[in-house]
Amino acid sequence: MAKENDEIVVNLKDPAIAGVLAWLLPGAGHWYQHRRAKAVIFFVCIFGTFMYGMFLGEGRVVYAQWDGPEFRRYPFLCQAAVGLPSLPAVLLAWSGGESFFGTKWYVPPAIIGGKSPELDELHLRLNRRFELGTVFTMIAGLLNVLAIYDAVCGPAYSVARRSRKEGDASETGDGDEAGEGEHPQQHLADA
Amino acid sequence: MSAAELWYALPLIVSVSLVYAATRYEPMEFIISHAIRTAVWLGGFMLIVTLVLWGLSAWLT
Repeated sequence: MAKENDEIVVNLKDPAIAGVLAWLLPGAGHWYQHRRAKAVIFFVCIFGTFMYGMFLGEGRVVYAQWDGPEFRRYPFLCQAAVGLPSLPAVLLAWSGGESFFGTKWYVPPAIIGGKSPELDELHLRLNRRFELGTVFTMIAGLLNVLAIYDAVCGPAYSVARRSRKEGDASETGDGDEAGEGEHPQQHLADA
Repeated sequence: MSAAELWYALPLIVSVSLVYAATRYEPMEFIISHAIRTAVWLGGFMLIVTLVLWGLSAWLT
């Protein structure tokens, strides 16, 4: 059990490689850094949230589409941060493919004459599950941004703890953790 | 919206709390304790917003 003034060395190895791996698959960057517990947390939480969103939306909520002002799929900007699990959408949008291993997952709804009856049908059939699935997958992407940052730079409070040890109160963060003196000193180590 | 649909928030609260806490600390015991506090804070905030909206809705109708 870590106690006050314990020193925890976080070996980030090569942060660039860790960052790319963390983007490709949630938790992979931390696994590469041998931070296995956090890797499992990130994988289960982020990948699980993403897949639950896909399940809610029957695989139709993650797609890349940028056709005119009415059919720009802005949520995909967040969903793409999950990495590999969202990349089939880019490939399908690029290639114009109409199926993903025999399913309609990731396939953008067809646009016919400036309208998309398929998208209308999806909204009608899935109802609020379409929006819920979109939100779940977007949040998974945004959470992976935090995980990527953690893989590249280490835990958020490392610098703050070091600064506090050095007596520089102005760099101790946003004050959220003020008074929590039981937390350990966390230091980042180069590879 | 039925009250049962509020359960959709549960996995989100758990995920967000754990990931947020994990990006702040390295030791597992601090991650868990921070995640629990964040989950309680999030749940409480959502409950307050729900009650305010519910009260507003009841007052307007």
